[in-house]
Amino acid sequence: MTRRVVITGMGAVTPLGHNVEELWRRLLAGQSGVGKTTIFDSGTFPTQFSAQVNGYDHLRDLPENIRADHREACRNSRFIIGAALQAWRQANLPIPLPAELRDGKIGYLPAAEQVGAYLGAGEGPIDFDNFIAATVNGWQGEKMEMDWKAWAKTAFPRMNARRELEQEPNMPGAHLARIFNLRGPCMSCLTACAASTQAIGEATELIRYADADIIITGGTHSMIHPLGVTGFNRLTALSTRNDDPSSASRPFDGERDGFVLAEGAGALIIEELETARRRGVNILAEIIGYGSTADAFRVTDQHEDGRGGIAAVRMALENANVGIDQIDYISAHGTGTKENDSIETLIIKGVFGPRAYQIPISSVKSMLGHLIAAAGAVELITCVLAIRDQIAPPTTNLTHPDPKCDLDYIPNQARKIPVNVAMSNSFGFGGQNNTLIIRRFVD
Amino acid sequence: MTERRVVITGLGVINALGTGREEYFQALLDGKIGIDRIKVFDPGEFPSQVAGEAPRPKMSDVVPKVYRKATKLMSRDIGLAVIAADGAIRDGRIKTKATNPEGGIDIDPVRSGVNIGAGLICCDLVELATAAQHAAEDGRFSLQKWGSEGMNMLTPLWLLKYLPNMLSCHISIIHDLQGPSNSITCAEVSGTLSIGEAYRKIVHNKADLMVAGGAESKVEAMGLLRQCLLGRACTKYNDRPKDACRPFDRDAGGMVIGEGAGIVILEELEHARQRGATLYAEITGFGASNNFSRDFVEPEASAKGVTIALQKALNEAKLSPGEIDLLVAHGIAIASNDRAEATAIREAFGEHTKTLSVLATKSRFGNCGAAGGAIDLITAVLALYERQVPSNVNCPNPPSEYGLNLADSNQAADINHAMTCSYTYGGQTAALTISRLS
Repeated sequence: MTRRVVITGMGAVTPLGHNVEELWRRLLAGQSGVGKTTIFDSGTFPTQFSAQVNGYDHLRDLPENIRADHREACRNSRFIIGAALQAWRQANLPIPLPAELRDGKIGYLPAAEQVGAYLGAGEGPIDFDNFIAATVNGWQGEKMEMDWKAWAKTAFPRMNARRELEQEPNMPGAHLARIFNLRGPCMSCLTACAASTQAIGEATELIRYADADIIITGGTHSMIHPLGVTGFNRLTALSTRNDDPSSASRPFDGERDGFVLAEGAGALIIEELETARRRGVNILAEIIGYGSTADAFRVTDQHEDGRGGIAAVRMALENANVGIDQIDYISAHGTGTKENDSIETLIIKGVFGPRAYQIPISSVKSMLGHLIAAAGAVELITCVLAIRDQIAPPTTNLTHPDPKCDLDYIPNQARKIPVNVAMSNSFGFGGQNNTLIIRRFVD
Repeated sequence: MTERRVVITGLGVINALGTGREEYFQALLDGKIGIDRIKVFDPGEFPSQVAGEAPRPKMSDVVPKVYRKATKLMSRDIGLAVIAADGAIRDGRIKTKATNPEGGIDIDPVRSGVNIGAGLICCDLVELATAAQHAAEDGRFSLQKWGSEGMNMLTPLWLLKYLPNMLSCHISIIHDLQGPSNSITCAEVSGTLSIGEAYRKIVHNKADLMVAGGAESKVEAMGLLRQCLLGRACTKYNDRPKDACRPFDRDAGGMVIGEGAGIVILEELEHARQRGATLYAEITGFGASNNFSRDFVEPEASAKGVTIALQKALNEAKLSPGEIDLLVAHGIAIASNDRAEATAIREAFGEHTKTLSVLATKSRFGNCGAAGGAIDLITAVLALYERQVPSNVNCPNPPSEYGLNLADSNQAADINHAMTCSYTYGGQTAALTISRLS
């Protein structure tokens, strides 16, 4: 039998608050974190709004003696540093971890070699002004070719080594390893919008099979920068409801016109059950199932029948050893794009049959926007809180029914429901499908 | 349940030494060096001007007709991955949707997955510049004009060329692999971690077959600029490209950028036997850890994370250090890094370090980033399978305190167990153990 994995700490830095409790309160109140984009001037872009994290200072949360090491962290690393510190402290873990296993009167702690990180982390925002200046200065318009000498002459004096290094997607995890003294597996994956759900699932596997005893997992991302918005606007994936940003994110609504780009981080401490017991830490929930598949269909679209998504959800159910009647709540991927929401509805019906109509489902992206690589982690945190408080957050902006989306999406008002087992789904570009199932912890 | 064993049954490689396992390994044995002055762009104003450039085969040769249109969405990194995956699948004689379009597929798509490590992919600067010139105002870039006009010059699917998961996704689509699919982005250790995780997937019965490895091109302006700014790139040998990359040598002058892909087929042993596959070697251990450093660039002097990863991979294989016959090391050719790695190797192997054969191959084809560890594993597999260890080149004078046994000629050797280790800026480390099938 594989080892059991429990959640013992959570943290979040999001557009709706820089900690878990504020985020939860505002989600239950149906508030929106979406507003005009101010990180850069997007006044002429097709989409001029987003869900930003405003006014967060990671240095304030870091112990003073190590602040210097993390001063230059990129935006995404700053968010995960904040979220991870909250989770770490909730899980009652010391900063830094001692290298050797500790036991006895002062309490139990596994060796640092058994404590790792697994993030679904995005790349850091590019140094856009200098990057574009070099590109423009090097470009020979008449000849339609790049003069690489001219490019280099602009790029070298203007770009900064540390600023470039911090964009690497392994850096958010690198900062966490440094802060906490992690010597276990330190991994990072970037499977688009499904990344942090996948990271949590893979971290769960590492603990189940004893590659680690404790892992800090979750995700972080910010694509609210000129090239990020350009990329999504060119894909026509973003809502362009510029006249009313807070109603732009409309998962499952008949008038949805795309997702709303957001940024932020969610972090969870997960650990092997016996380790948690020996440490005497409060257990928030148990991770009981994980499923991960590929559509193997198209890089642009989900499989029209939801083939890969159905397989991932079934795999997670089987892995959790629970039946379809036991799922009390689903946190949907629910992006608010035409395609995603109708296919996700098909996936849920495909797996749950008639029971699909009885399961309350919500998409917190209606309020938070889409945190891309970080989305799944923050959504799993809301599932833990739904179990704790026996209440599910609403899907806001759901006012015009779509015949293709006819399930119970908890429209507009949070709802008290009994939640023992919750499921969180994430789907990413390229056909990445990941599902996690958690349960109220019982011995 | 009895333990599921994982074997390597197909090898796909592309880098500056060539394409395919035969060409690659023969080049290693022939002492070839694929590093030269950079051709793909003019490096004249860069402090480092050499690189290991890989061939550019026609993508239409490795992509089935029905999928040709998608090659327009394949950046260089994706292309390298698709080429090496095709090579590995054909080398493993696996019948997939792509290799056998008429049918007769001999794997179960839902039990077959992909795990390809990827780097930070920079967009094509020429393509970006072509669009950006439509955003010029008084000779300068205008963000306002970019939003209203310039961006529209980019192809609608532009973003999809540069997402790191697209390496895995294209491979999964081309060959119809619907099982677990991941894209590990831990810089220069990505390939090793991907193979380690894919190995676990088979052991834990989540898949029977995995296409795993890594691919990256650092041979582009931003890739070189970043390594130059960080002070890691070799600047001393611009006039002598073949001598430029000198892992573990006294005169090591920095890393040389490279590009490539290494992809292996991992298979559950019985699954492979039933197919009558070539069993190159068995994966017997995997370990991952982390190096510390204040600046995230240099590893700590002891590279302790490398030692821990090696020890974990040894323990899992139930082997003692003395049983390892070959270590394909990271050998980045940055003196302080090589020194730290040598320290970590001595710590892991103790007295056996003196006799352990150590091979560093970046002198031949440069630093292939996310592909590096995967190519190293392929090198170790071929050395074990062909019973030959290629020579270390550009390493005539390793400092004696490194204490490493770096042979400068090809050695015939009956290798029973071999290892690889990888580390990266940022800190992540990993190691793998492979064994001859008994």
